Amino acid sequence: MSAAGWQITATAYELCIAPFAEFAFMRRAWVAALALSLSAAPLGVLLTLRRMSLLGDALSHAILPGVAVGFMVFGLSLTAMAVGGVVAGMLVAAFAGLVSRSTALKEDASLAAVYLIALALGVVLISRHGTQLDLLHILFGSALSVDTQGLAMVASVASISLLALAAGYRGFVAESFDPVFLSAVSQRKRGPFGGKAWMWQQGFLMLVVLNLVAGFQTLGTLMAVGLMMLPAVSARLWHGALPAQLVNASAQAMLASTLGLLLSYHLDTASGPTIIGCAGALYGLSLLFAPGGWLPRAVRPAHRVA
Amino acid sequence: MKKLFHPWCAAFFVAASLLPLTPSTTLAADKLPVVASFSILGDLVQVVGGDRVAVTTLVGADQDAHVFQPKPTDAKNLLQSKLLVTNGLGFEPWAQKLAKSAGYKGAVVVAAQGIASRTSPPEKPNAKPEADPHAWQNPNHVAVYVRNIAQALTQLEPASASLFKTNSEAYIAELQILDTWAKAQFAAVPVQQRKVITSHDAFGYFAAHYQVTFLAPQGLSTEGEPSAKQVAQLIRQIKAEKIKAVFVENMSNPKLLAQLAKDAGVTPGAALYADALSAADKPGASYLKMMRHNVSALSAGMQQN
Repeated sequence: MSAAGWQITATAYELCIAPFAEFAFMRRAWVAALALSLSAAPLGVLLTLRRMSLLGDALSHAILPGVAVGFMVFGLSLTAMAVGGVVAGMLVAAFAGLVSRSTALKEDASLAAVYLIALALGVVLISRHGTQLDLLHILFGSALSVDTQGLAMVASVASISLLALAAGYRGFVAESFDPVFLSAVSQRKRGPFGGKAWMWQQGFLMLVVLNLVAGFQTLGTLMAVGLMMLPAVSARLWHGALPAQLVNASAQAMLASTLGLLLSYHLDTASGPTIIGCAGALYGLSLLFAPGGWLPRAVRPAHRVA
Repeated sequence: MKKLFHPWCAAFFVAASLLPLTPSTTLAADKLPVVASFSILGDLVQVVGGDRVAVTTLVGADQDAHVFQPKPTDAKNLLQSKLLVTNGLGFEPWAQKLAKSAGYKGAVVVAAQGIASRTSPPEKPNAKPEADPHAWQNPNHVAVYVRNIAQALTQLEPASASLFKTNSEAYIAELQILDTWAKAQFAAVPVQQRKVITSHDAFGYFAAHYQVTFLAPQGLSTEGEPSAKQVAQLIRQIKAEKIKAVFVENMSNPKLLAQLAKDAGVTPGAALYADALSAADKPGASYLKMMRHNVSALSAGMQQN
């Protein structure tokens, strides 16, 4: 290789590889973010299909009563608080799903109601117990504080989610697109949709809760919700077909994680927000250049009414 | 029986008995009801006032004053009291609001009155300088606190002036013993070796008084998140200067600092007490105990540097 070639290789190594080679915290942050990108971003696409894009934010408050109970029983133990949070998140999601299925309320409306009740309950529990600690602040992690435990947790949750998504893909998709159709089909108890429709809904919500709570604890709220939703929203601008959207969302999330971490390292900015900022930049590019974005639409003559 | 009324025993007793059931200011009608904003002040008021005061503490042991949200019982306790003791220097911005909204008409004493405050944190170039409220981390300042409290109590109950004077002078003597002892502890460590990594932002006065350098990247000590660059630089610094003294905070998520210590190949030391006393069975149950715990832990950690 020529001298200039060596120079470029050395600079590229210095910029992109050296930070990960030198520092374990960079490697852990990267792997955790990649794992979450693999599983959470596809779930995010399905959430946008259900018009539930704001579920993540709601859930970050809804787990408070569980965290509070964990704290009251076991003291300042991160494990107890985390387990409490998962249980509370699951209960909230399950109850919201049940209400939406058995009443005229839509899924987002019933979730809004249940999560507010849960949040209120959590605040009452904490103040009743007389503590002045910000429990969620203590529990939630950040991109640079990923430890081995958190990494194992995110990786396990990602593996479980991917396997479950693969195994139940048709059911999850049908339930997200058209729950009524799935109900009708599954009544016959034959064909590919064995089992009841509500089981698909509950199973999907549980997967989302697991991903979010694991993400909150390991990487923080912004990272967990951001990696789940932003790439999912951008991906929908690129493709009409769902499988392509799912892959695109994961790819964008991984790209944003890698770029964001490196930028945070070189430019001295907070890591989590930088990663989500990169996902936001990808969203901006998608808005402009994706087939469903502004520029292609402006260039293309308006030959059909949408 | 005499031992029971030693100011120290009384302080522990009252603090311990008040914490679980807060609305107990009226337990002895003839005692002077006093509300202290946080646990360290509660300890000091009890020491100075002895058995002449009934102290209620708003932010109790092991609680974080930064996120305090007053309850109706707090307002009620405040209304029943004759004196509100606050730290000042912007430590408890909610105290004035609470006093106002509760319609509190009693006396207010700012314990840190007359202390030349440091601005914190000085290492931030762009931040607007703010007074560092953690003045109690220097025992000489606590002597000022004690005098201020004694003066306020004397104004409310001149009959007990001599008791307050005796108590506060005895305590100031203890503070001087503490200070001398702490200086002796640190004297064993050369000044250039007095470096500690911690997520606390509460040790500015301590650092200045005992010539200890506390290293923490921006964002480790605040609500904000640190950047990957800061964490990387700190790990390099720990390795280059062979710093072994790393201390995690007891009231926040210790993961970041614990991971940082692990990456740098250091084991974190015991938790330090900064803004609040500990529960009665832990090593930071009173101001003097808290300071002795912190000084021992810090000097032991720095001796390994």
